[in-house]
Amino acid sequence: MTISIDPQKTNNESLQPKGWLRYFSFSLDHKVIGIQYLVCGFLFYLIGGSLASAIRIELASPMSDFMPRDVYNQVLTLHGTIMIFLWIVPVVNGAFGNYLIPFYVGARDMAFPRLNAVAFWLIPPSGLMLVASYFVEGAAQAGWTAYPPLSITTPQSGQIIWILSVLLLGGSSIFGGINFIATIIKLRRPGLKLMKLPMYCWAMLGTSLLVVLSTPVLAGTLILLSFDIIANTGFFNPVLGGNVVVYQHLFWFYSHPAVYIMVLPAFGLVSEILPVHARKPLFGYTTMVFSIMGIVVLGLVVWAHHMFTSGTPPWMRLFFTIATAFIAVPTGIKFFNWVATLWGGKISINSAMLFSCGFIINFVFGGITGVALAQVPFDIHVHDTYFVVAHFHYIVYGGTVFIIFSSIYHWFPKVTGKMLNEKLGILHFIITFIGFNLCFAPQHWLGLNGMPRRVAEYDPQFQFVNQISSLGALLMAISTIPFLINVFLSVRNGKDSGDNPWNALTPEWLTSSPPPVENWEGEAPLVEEPYGYGKEISERK
Amino acid sequence: MLNKNIYLILIISLVFAISFWIGFNVNLLPTEASINAPIYDELFKILFIIGLIIFIGMTIAVIYSLFRFRKRNDQIGDGIALEGNLSLEIVWTIIPSIIVLLIGLYSYNIYDRMGGMKELNHSHEMMSSNSEKIWAGISQTSDNEIAINNLSIEVSAMQFAFLFNYPKGNFISGELHVPVDQKVSMKMESKDVIHAFWVPEFRIKQDIIPGQPTILNFTPTKVGKYPIICAELCGPYHGGMRASIIVEEESDYNEWFNKNKKPEVNL
Repeated sequence: MTISIDPQKTNNESLQPKGWLRYFSFSLDHKVIGIQYLVCGFLFYLIGGSLASAIRIELASPMSDFMPRDVYNQVLTLHGTIMIFLWIVPVVNGAFGNYLIPFYVGARDMAFPRLNAVAFWLIPPSGLMLVASYFVEGAAQAGWTAYPPLSITTPQSGQIIWILSVLLLGGSSIFGGINFIATIIKLRRPGLKLMKLPMYCWAMLGTSLLVVLSTPVLAGTLILLSFDIIANTGFFNPVLGGNVVVYQHLFWFYSHPAVYIMVLPAFGLVSEILPVHARKPLFGYTTMVFSIMGIVVLGLVVWAHHMFTSGTPPWMRLFFTIATAFIAVPTGIKFFNWVATLWGGKISINSAMLFSCGFIINFVFGGITGVALAQVPFDIHVHDTYFVVAHFHYIVYGGTVFIIFSSIYHWFPKVTGKMLNEKLGILHFIITFIGFNLCFAPQHWLGLNGMPRRVAEYDPQFQFVNQISSLGALLMAISTIPFLINVFLSVRNGKDSGDNPWNALTPEWLTSSPPPVENWEGEAPLVEEPYGYGKEISERK
Repeated sequence: MLNKNIYLILIISLVFAISFWIGFNVNLLPTEASINAPIYDELFKILFIIGLIIFIGMTIAVIYSLFRFRKRNDQIGDGIALEGNLSLEIVWTIIPSIIVLLIGLYSYNIYDRMGGMKELNHSHEMMSSNSEKIWAGISQTSDNEIAINNLSIEVSAMQFAFLFNYPKGNFISGELHVPVDQKVSMKMESKDVIHAFWVPEFRIKQDIIPGQPTILNFTPTKVGKYPIICAELCGPYHGGMRASIIVEEESDYNEWFNKNKKPEVNL
């Protein structure tokens, strides 16, 4: 067990503030750090969401009339960067990973608690720096992809602050990844075999491997880009003989795996949530593990499907088409297995379950358009259009963000000892689901018919469909209101949940809610069947 | 048991029927105005139908499970302790693999028919002295055809406009005029940042890259005026970076061409 860190911990504990103040401290407790990640991420989600609303207001009319054109480009750049690097990646990895992984492996903390705290505390300053760059000379305006030469020729201070901020966030992500790998491999309770771990551990192991393998490539690329900007080097600057397509290869070598860094943890979380509320074992544990690892391996060799119109040679287009399309196979297995998990269960229809089922439906849709986009001839028409915007929002919002909400409904009693209000939760789900689909489904048609992405003005024939989309965005903005009310009311006067309100079998529920600092009063329990629903009481049905 | 299977078969055939009906009757694409477009739309239709079958099927399965297996108030205890079914899992690994492989082969075929798999470097020696610098685009023409009957146009893109140079007529135009049913070959280069040349009605797109010429060939099939749209973020006025392509009868085109033609200056 956690032999090496125990003496340190007792030393530090006397210095750690108690009560709510500990969430503002350099706490080493993985549970505190998890909540810090979640709340910090949610605040940035509100900022990124406001930027998204600004984009949809601008696009409610075909003219560029709501904000200046260069500000519009800054807004879309900040929206993308904040949502990816400050909301989704830190929350599905950092927040839930930190809170749950030590429970799942039977440890009292993460392998490197100080590194863990450093990884979190890199996020607020780099996020604030990114947002503040708007007030310096204007934020970066080359999109979250920062393709040169545009990123070299736009105002420099915003772009440099953007690079610095993404480097710090990438560093935070690498620290987290190393910590998760070490914790899952080395801190397992004696007797706990890898193939008995809850699925979220496998998802985080796969994700962390991707983080550690691909994020350094992004870091190196951005450092070279910053040399081009401030030191007039010519790595990517065509005026000095640089090659702009090389940047795209390097960028997407990280940023396609980044998609899996955003969705694999969500796959893990939904695998924890569905069995509990369907009262059935997770269907096909072993195939689920292999499909996660299959996605990790394939995810590293598909990046050039973002570059089918960049002038890649034919053989390369063919290879990346086949590799990309094949990711649908392990992903498909997971979705069939989740539906099979529901099949024949005794399903409680609650907010956590509804958000998880919404995730399945949205993600299947996004996956299907993804297989279509992998086909070179298909992609050539819709690349860089609203079709792509719609596709990836179905993956990251309809997929991952739905699971973040599902997880909050599921683990809120664990963290606070209080239940969230179900009526408000179901209202939250209904508005989010309708708003999301109203916002993004019509955008597929826009892309097919000639509306490119990242534009502040468009052909007036698209106005009506854009207004439907903006209406959906308005609903999505409204949907956060019942959620916030729910969280504030429930933290103060929520119904007491007891230790295990869902009668779940995964290890985090086998202690008090909220858990003690050391996670368990005594020895960590050995959970060999985290999904053993229906087993000991099968004679009752 | 037999009864159950009949319902299952009925539902599956209904899903197929609905998907095929929608696939053949709902048109989500703009006018077809080039040789590429009908080939593209054929692929789109197939992908659309397969996608609909999977999406409708999965949605029905999820919603049906939520209703059929919901926990009634009087129920206690868990569902069945079913941990997996290897043969079922093998089935839903193999069937998607086959579908994905077939789609891949089919789209390879489509791409080949669009001319995407042709080596471009050799057929364009006349257009570039440094042929290895030309990067692939879409080519529809065989080598011989290009040499004889070919309209070659040089496109330069800059923030925030396209310019079309007609080397044979020695003039530059802001509008792209082409005769209908003739192969057009374009060599494109950017003066500043990355742009893209997109004509939705032609279903073609190619990035225009600084420092690396790209090639795009197409054959328009329908007289009319279509938008040329820049699809790659290129700066504040990116949304306004548009031009028009005018596809006209050969006689109209020749009239326009001769009107704009400038005599060659021999130095």
